[in-house]
Amino acid sequence: MTNEIEQLSCQELVEVVTNYLEGALPDADRLELERHLETCDGCRQYVEQLRTTIVLTGEARPLDLTSEAEDALLAAFRDWKSG
Amino acid sequence: MEHAALVDDARLVEALRAGDERVFEQLTREYHAALLRVAQIYVTSRAVAEEVVQETWLGVLNGIDRFEARSSLKTWIFRILTNIAKTRAQREGRTLPFSALERPDAVPEAAVEPERFLPPDHERWPGHWTSTPQPWPEDRVLAGETRRIVEQAIEVLPPAQRAVISLRDVEGWSSGETCNALGLTETNHRVLLHRARSKVRRALEDYLSEDL
Repeated sequence: MTNEIEQLSCQELVEVVTNYLEGALPDADRLELERHLETCDGCRQYVEQLRTTIVLTGEARPLDLTSEAEDALLAAFRDWKSG
Repeated sequence: MEHAALVDDARLVEALRAGDERVFEQLTREYHAALLRVAQIYVTSRAVAEEVVQETWLGVLNGIDRFEARSSLKTWIFRILTNIAKTRAQREGRTLPFSALERPDAVPEAAVEPERFLPPDHERWPGHWTSTPQPWPEDRVLAGETRRIVEQAIEVLPPAQRAVISLRDVEGWSSGETCNALGLTETNHRVLLHRARSKVRRALEDYLSEDL
């Protein structure tokens, strides 16, 4: 049986995967993507890698507030308060 | 805005007006990294971005009596920052990167190198992987060095992408909070997040598929 519906390719899937993870894909597109994942090891692995990427990014250190900057802010605050 | 957030904002604003130093310290620590990342969209150097953040807090203190809770305190603080950063960028003669925020998809960017896929006219498997992504070795994913790779990959992103991934995935903000702080539409925020995450994934894949 031929499939009349245009199938989502792997190359297309990697471009809509953020919309999928963000819950921003329309239902029909989401179902098509999920059907693709059921039969495609490569894309399942890709989505898994992205999920790992998000977790690892959550463990990255944010930029520090340096002690000089903190001192300058407190000085400004005390100035403002007394002013 | 959520009721809890409103109550929380009211408490913070009250404390700032009363000159509560600990609340000021808490706020400056909490928002520092996010403010810097947003400032860096407009001004290039870290030093200038730091100055913009300092000026922002002065603006917050001087304006706090006029804060009317029409937006969240956070959104208001980021609006002050953006105004200061834009003025600073103009003074430095930089063209403002409107397109990076308003039309981020003007320049196409592939999430994965096209060479990883079969050509679109392939008779059986158009657009299918030529080399499929492989599982990442768990011990290496968990190693401290891997976190450094992620930090480096974030650092070299274009500034608007870097700001979005920093707010969403490093700071853990919601999409709504991120859009408000950056003055972005949901759609454009997703474009920037998509590009940022795709590049960090690529950096990780390159690193984790190397033989040690």
